[in-house]
Amino acid sequence: MSFKNFFSQLNIRAQCQKYGLSLWQCPQFLFLVMGLIIIFSTLLTYAIGTHYIDNPQIVVLITLFLAIFLFIISFTVTQNFERLAEANRMKSEFVSVVSHQLRSPLSNLVWVIEILMSGRIGKIEEEQLEYFKILKENSGRMKELVNNLLIVSRIDQGTLPLKKEEFSLEEVTKKLVSVFLPFAKASNVEIKIETRGDLPKIYNDSSQIGLVVENLLDNAIRYIKEKGTIVIKLAQKDSNIYFEIKDNGVGIPKNDQKYISQKFFRSENILKHQTEGSGLGLYIVKSIIKKAGGKTGFQSEEGKGSTFWFTIPIK
Amino acid sequence: MSKTILFIEDESALQKTFGDLFRQEGYEMVSALDGEIGLGLAKVKKPDLILLDLILPKTSGFEVLRKLKEDDATKDIPVIVLTNLESIEDIEKALSLGTTTYLVKANYSLEEVLEKVKKALGEK
Repeated sequence: MSFKNFFSQLNIRAQCQKYGLSLWQCPQFLFLVMGLIIIFSTLLTYAIGTHYIDNPQIVVLITLFLAIFLFIISFTVTQNFERLAEANRMKSEFVSVVSHQLRSPLSNLVWVIEILMSGRIGKIEEEQLEYFKILKENSGRMKELVNNLLIVSRIDQGTLPLKKEEFSLEEVTKKLVSVFLPFAKASNVEIKIETRGDLPKIYNDSSQIGLVVENLLDNAIRYIKEKGTIVIKLAQKDSNIYFEIKDNGVGIPKNDQKYISQKFFRSENILKHQTEGSGLGLYIVKSIIKKAGGKTGFQSEEGKGSTFWFTIPIK
Repeated sequence: MSKTILFIEDESALQKTFGDLFRQEGYEMVSALDGEIGLGLAKVKKPDLILLDLILPKTSGFEVLRKLKEDDATKDIPVIVLTNLESIEDIEKALSLGTTTYLVKANYSLEEVLEKVKKALGEK
């Protein structure tokens, strides 16, 4: 934690405002009050004790009174913590319900557009086709966003289903690269995979790890402007498999680098380029790898490109 | 003679989309907007395949699946589940009740669903 962070933590009023709580309901403030009371009461008890030691009842009464007072404050603090936790849980549940409800009409919409575009219902004129393409692209984006929101709410609620099995990360990666190939080609991006022979299989949730690779691959292609190359490296490092994806895309500005795994965060230069995205991908990547017992990291330079990596335990 | 598909799904938008798609492919379509009607039609029409949603009014899709597999008259009809439910428990429950294929709506295109249907009918 930097000094700046440490001091911003001390600004209790701002901290409480962030959670929308008044001072007397705010855990940080109440803890501060409690601490001050403990210090004050210890000194007071000492002072009174040395003066009135011949009348111990008074000391006992004061101590008892203070203990009751502290008990009430700590009870309020705990209650407010519960309220915060409950609010957070409700927020995740709300996102989950909304995205689930959105999913059903969205699938219907996507299917209707598909059947219309297939020409099965009737021939589509060239000019109409352009509009159908816009419809398809936008509903696809909406679908992706809703899917990501659902995954994020499941991560937050701890309900993302986990199904461990033995699988090859290399195979999963190659399969996903082949899925992304048309998108890469359309964006003038070449994808290379470098791997040194027989890597051991890993025991984990293949669909979740696939989601991680998918998000990193999608980002790498998306953030290459004009023409570029993506290099994926797979290797064994001790008891882990190491995955690295390097692009020569727009990169992440230095000031934005510390925020990139936060939910909905999108860096300044990306917004300038108006690249689509929800700002959820890297949050998903980090959360899944953390849960799988691995580590994530990146190096990036604005205008030159980024390298994202993760490790994952073999067993 | 063309093969018959029974589609048990409460969303009329999907009934129309899939109805048009399958009829174009030469199948006869029978639609049911709730579980109860679906069960009745399965017995009367003896379809070659049932496409089943799991969230249904009156009788749930799981219940429909259980009853279909309990009844000698319908137990051999292949059932493809097409649903928005995607938890491991739901998938395992449906598979243990005897569905042949489990499809999560958001993950499949129309053509992919069509392909799965053809495969289940032994046409591919």
